Amino acid sequence: MEHLLRVENLSIAFVEEKKQNVVVDKVNFSVKSGEVLCIVGESGCGKSVTALSILGLLGPNAHIIEGSIILDGKDLLKMSEKEIDKIRGNEVTMVFQDVMNSLNPVLTIGNQLTEVIHIHMGYDKKRAAEYAVKMLKKVGLPDAEAVMKKYPHMLSGGMQQRVMIAMALACGPKLIIADEPTTALDVTIQLQIMKLLVELQKEFHMSIVLITHDIGLVAELADKVIIMYAGQFVEETSVYRLFEHPAHPYTRALLESVPCIYDDPYKKLTSIPGTVPEYYQDIEGCRFYERCKYSVLACKQEQTYSEFKEGHFVRCHRAEKGEIPFV
Amino acid sequence: MYNNEDNNGERKPLVVVSELKKYYPVKGLNIGKNTPVIHAVDGVNLEIYEGETLGIVGESGCGKSTIGRQIVALEKPTSGRVIYQGETLSDMPFGCLRKIRTHIQMVFQDSTSSLNPRKQVYDILAAPMLYHGIVEKEGLNAEVNRLLDLVGLPKSMKYRYPHEFSGGQRQRIGIAKALSVKPRLIVCDEPVSALDVSVQAQILNLLKQLQDELKLTYVFISHGLGAVRYVSSRIAIMYLGRIVEIADTQELFDDPIHPYTQALFDASPLPVPKLRGRQRIVLKGDIPSSVNIPSGCRFHTRCPYAIESCRINDPELISVEGSKGHKAACPVLMAQRSE
Repeated sequence: MEHLLRVENLSIAFVEEKKQNVVVDKVNFSVKSGEVLCIVGESGCGKSVTALSILGLLGPNAHIIEGSIILDGKDLLKMSEKEIDKIRGNEVTMVFQDVMNSLNPVLTIGNQLTEVIHIHMGYDKKRAAEYAVKMLKKVGLPDAEAVMKKYPHMLSGGMQQRVMIAMALACGPKLIIADEPTTALDVTIQLQIMKLLVELQKEFHMSIVLITHDIGLVAELADKVIIMYAGQFVEETSVYRLFEHPAHPYTRALLESVPCIYDDPYKKLTSIPGTVPEYYQDIEGCRFYERCKYSVLACKQEQTYSEFKEGHFVRCHRAEKGEIPFV
Repeated sequence: MYNNEDNNGERKPLVVVSELKKYYPVKGLNIGKNTPVIHAVDGVNLEIYEGETLGIVGESGCGKSTIGRQIVALEKPTSGRVIYQGETLSDMPFGCLRKIRTHIQMVFQDSTSSLNPRKQVYDILAAPMLYHGIVEKEGLNAEVNRLLDLVGLPKSMKYRYPHEFSGGQRQRIGIAKALSVKPRLIVCDEPVSALDVSVQAQILNLLKQLQDELKLTYVFISHGLGAVRYVSSRIAIMYLGRIVEIADTQELFDDPIHPYTQALFDASPLPVPKLRGRQRIVLKGDIPSSVNIPSGCRFHTRCPYAIESCRINDPELISVEGSKGHKAACPVLMAQRSE
């Protein structure tokens, strides 16, 4: 399969009071067409920043230090704002977590949706409106014509998220970046939205980059998974391999610390001691060292991110040698 | 110390919630009309036994937090009663309620806004103890140290302000604050929902450990089934202001009866990629508004098994045959079982 998106050696820093704080540290990944890639991590690990950078949506205090983001052979970072505008919304679109704030509260759904279609696809108002209704039906909104006339606050969270997905899909993108799309929703609604995303992804043969902290969701949706910790990728492999043979101690601890409804009820949850480091750019060696059960002196040295089995990358010298026992 | 068994050896409940209803008026101008009301809790009966953890699960707006607030007597119910050891909380004068506060405490979801940002941890923990006369001034320092030790924070942190802590540590302070008055019952309202995954397990384990050490009773309110299952001995499932099923944890997960319970279990993602193609109930539509509650069974608008009579008859919680304390409110599926 062809690589749709390739991110190479990307580093991003936030500039705060003249100090550069590197939040994403030399990440490399690629997305094939039709693939669902999940980037998993806790808050503050840099996963959302990585995602936003693909669309050039970083705030003014963020600064891309190095690297390239190559979509279909073109480097997005070398493009002018105008050229990116053409890609954003057409080829790559985004679904945000906070739907309430991503829809304009003073415009009707119809207004917002037809505007997107009008701008990106050049349809006239009438044709755009027809197309908008078609898209709303596609995402499973009953009575789409009535929804067109409503304002965002009149819709429930699940319906708003469906509208956002309709908007993201309207121009037939090749890639959708979904940043925690179901985190704000209830579980029964989350299941609906997940099913919808999977169906539409198959139908339109899109790729999805899904940013999440929910391990369960990853198991349900992903093809490939990247685990991120403190600005670095620590593990990357196929979803099946990840859940059967997690290599990095952090991944293992993460999988063990999630209470599952079919676990042995008497099993004690293993918790990871300590908290995610807030400023991590100056940590020498492994950034998980402080919280890791298996840390040894050699972990204080710079850890390489290497492919120790085919298609399975890990940033841990002990995991590479198979020294981390599997529970 | 407490006699929680009566003469017949049966467990006596610590708290009884009976026919509890709480309605809130909808905010905004409603000239010339009757003010619409939100039916947050609409007829709930519950018993909470000493030493257990009762989990209350449901989606947003189902009234689970409202029940919690009534149990702690933060609000007066519209009708119905919360009875703590034979005394009705809503009938109590303020002075007595003040005493009850040392028996029933609460841990909130948002630890940031439940701690005073201008006070050091020492003062945050000391204030309730002084107010309720739990310790004398001389013993205060030792007591604060003991509390911090109990929740796994170093003593040296007591002169810090809340913003200097991480989310997980702040939640520990919230728990220490609740423990400071030596309560018997703690209502935990989504205590881990705002925390990172790796920290959630720490707090859940801490709550369990404290329960063993201090013989606490918990009401654990959450929308996360995994977390609730991990800490609870009994679980109540709520939908639109009512309990639709209640049972011992093991029993509930082995044999869920109510279609909503089943759908809720099916909807929680499993960390097992192989099982992703499994059969499961996908509920149609959204949760109806709690202003206009559907007639008959509240769940009939989304229920895959709904029949004509579900639209008309409001089902009651009925005991499941051959079980101990397992109740469900679905006559249709329960009739099918007994056939």
